Amino acid sequence: MQTLRASWFGFEKAWTWYRRNWRATAVSSFLTPVLFLVALGLGFGSQVQSTALIGGVSYLEYLAPALVVVTAIQGATFDSTYPIMSQFMWQKSFVAMAATPITPAQVLYGQTMWIGSQLFARSAVFVAIAVVLGAAAGPGILLSIVFGTLAGLAFSAPLVAYSATLDKPDSFTTIFRFVLMPMTLFTGAFFPVSQLPDWLLPVVWLTPAWHGIELARGATFGTIDLLPALGHLVYLVALTAAGIALGVKFFHRRLAV
Amino acid sequence: MDNLVEAKALTKHFGSFEAVRGIDVEVRRGEAFGFLGPNGAGKSSTMRMISCVSGRTGGELKVLGMDPGTEGPKIRARIGVVPQLDNLDTELTVRQNLQIYGRYFGMSRQKCREKAEELLEFAQLAERADHEVEPLSGGMKRRLTIARSLVNDPELLLLDEPTTGLDPQARHLLWDRLFRLKQDGVTLIITTHYMDEAEQLCDRLVVMDGGRIAAEGSPSELINRYSTREVLELRFQPGAQKPDLERFADRVEVLPDRLLLYTQDGEATLQRVHEHGVQPVQSLVRRSSLEDVFLRLTGRTLVD
Repeated sequence: MQTLRASWFGFEKAWTWYRRNWRATAVSSFLTPVLFLVALGLGFGSQVQSTALIGGVSYLEYLAPALVVVTAIQGATFDSTYPIMSQFMWQKSFVAMAATPITPAQVLYGQTMWIGSQLFARSAVFVAIAVVLGAAAGPGILLSIVFGTLAGLAFSAPLVAYSATLDKPDSFTTIFRFVLMPMTLFTGAFFPVSQLPDWLLPVVWLTPAWHGIELARGATFGTIDLLPALGHLVYLVALTAAGIALGVKFFHRRLAV
Repeated sequence: MDNLVEAKALTKHFGSFEAVRGIDVEVRRGEAFGFLGPNGAGKSSTMRMISCVSGRTGGELKVLGMDPGTEGPKIRARIGVVPQLDNLDTELTVRQNLQIYGRYFGMSRQKCREKAEELLEFAQLAERADHEVEPLSGGMKRRLTIARSLVNDPELLLLDEPTTGLDPQARHLLWDRLFRLKQDGVTLIITTHYMDEAEQLCDRLVVMDGGRIAAEGSPSELINRYSTREVLELRFQPGAQKPDLERFADRVEVLPDRLLLYTQDGEATLQRVHEHGVQPVQSLVRRSSLEDVFLRLTGRTLVD
């Protein structure tokens, strides 16, 4: 209880910041889904023939739940890199918090809560826009909000931990280019992973994006069984938990040594 | 409990580097205590241990009667910390900085709002209350950082190099605020490498060098013990051979740009130097300062 309360203050600080600066982020939260759905779903999708492999639905509908997930992961990537480093090194807000009764672990929990809430809000906006654009195949797409958030956290938590170990941001560009981009393109959002060469599949299975997409799309079209669904959920939760555990260690090392 | 801080044989290592090599310190309630020393003397490491953000490697440490190793959050709830480098939330307003910091201590929103108003007055920042922090001057940011550290009414305030990088006017304004705190009964611990700051603010101080305490006492005690009443400073033409003046003073320090003659009466010494045909290009008689104490103790000047 004490931990939750102390962690909450970090969330509150982020919220205070957000209230002053929401305009900048709000534009991209709205624009990203609109652009993606219009360009890829409506535009590109108009040239795509529906096949049995994608369940016979329109490409726009096929794309929508998966895009919620990959957009969440993209947002998570940005939220878990520069802002984390800044709060250790440039703005130093984490350092300031560590001088108060708040512990390094609680600093991390608060930040994770904030990132999670951002992911949830952005995913919800995405789904709402998908509904408006006629990209929602059914009410099951609402669950994409949860799965997008969870997949985002599963990538965010280890990345936050990693960011806490860095002294310069050089490796972030590498992550954007060689982790985030392939993960966006090749984990089943735009085409079924069965089209990929077999040797690549184990790598795909490691990504939180693939698990999130399987869940979101499965829920939207009602095509997923309980057991695989549980498997995906457990994997995402485990990845999040492991990331947080590492984060606690690295935040402590960074703030309390 | 009259000692707010008690350290015995306190050490701090970073890998093989020994930042603090066994220091004994007692800070009494209500006093302003200083750590004076050059960069790298171990002052900041000591401060971080006292402020319970950094664990000790060895020795004993009690802050407010508690062990920082096990009761860090409890201790931090009752102290204030002014870090060496400002870590304000520069994209928030001055007022928001104070309010959110109060929340970190678990204070109610109402209490945070009230406290923020009070501290805005104290820091003379009321007119800037709703401005973003980023464009404020260095002195204003520093005052805000100090105001912020007072949000929980700390019994003990730790200031790490509070005026480094500030212009003289901003420094005096800041010292004035610190004096007021001291009068209100707040115990201050200050690290500095400015001797004038230590002389102005500290009732008692330790001189640190190379992770150890070289001397301890009030500024005047230290000056009496380690220096003479006055100092005669002599400058010569650059590159000129500096004359041997040992016999004119208790002690002579040769610095790259000048000679320091330690003596009870500077004017009289200058007179005698002149009588012996030594013609410096410039001479100055001044009172001894902590700088001289430091020079005596370590053989080096404080600010390189």
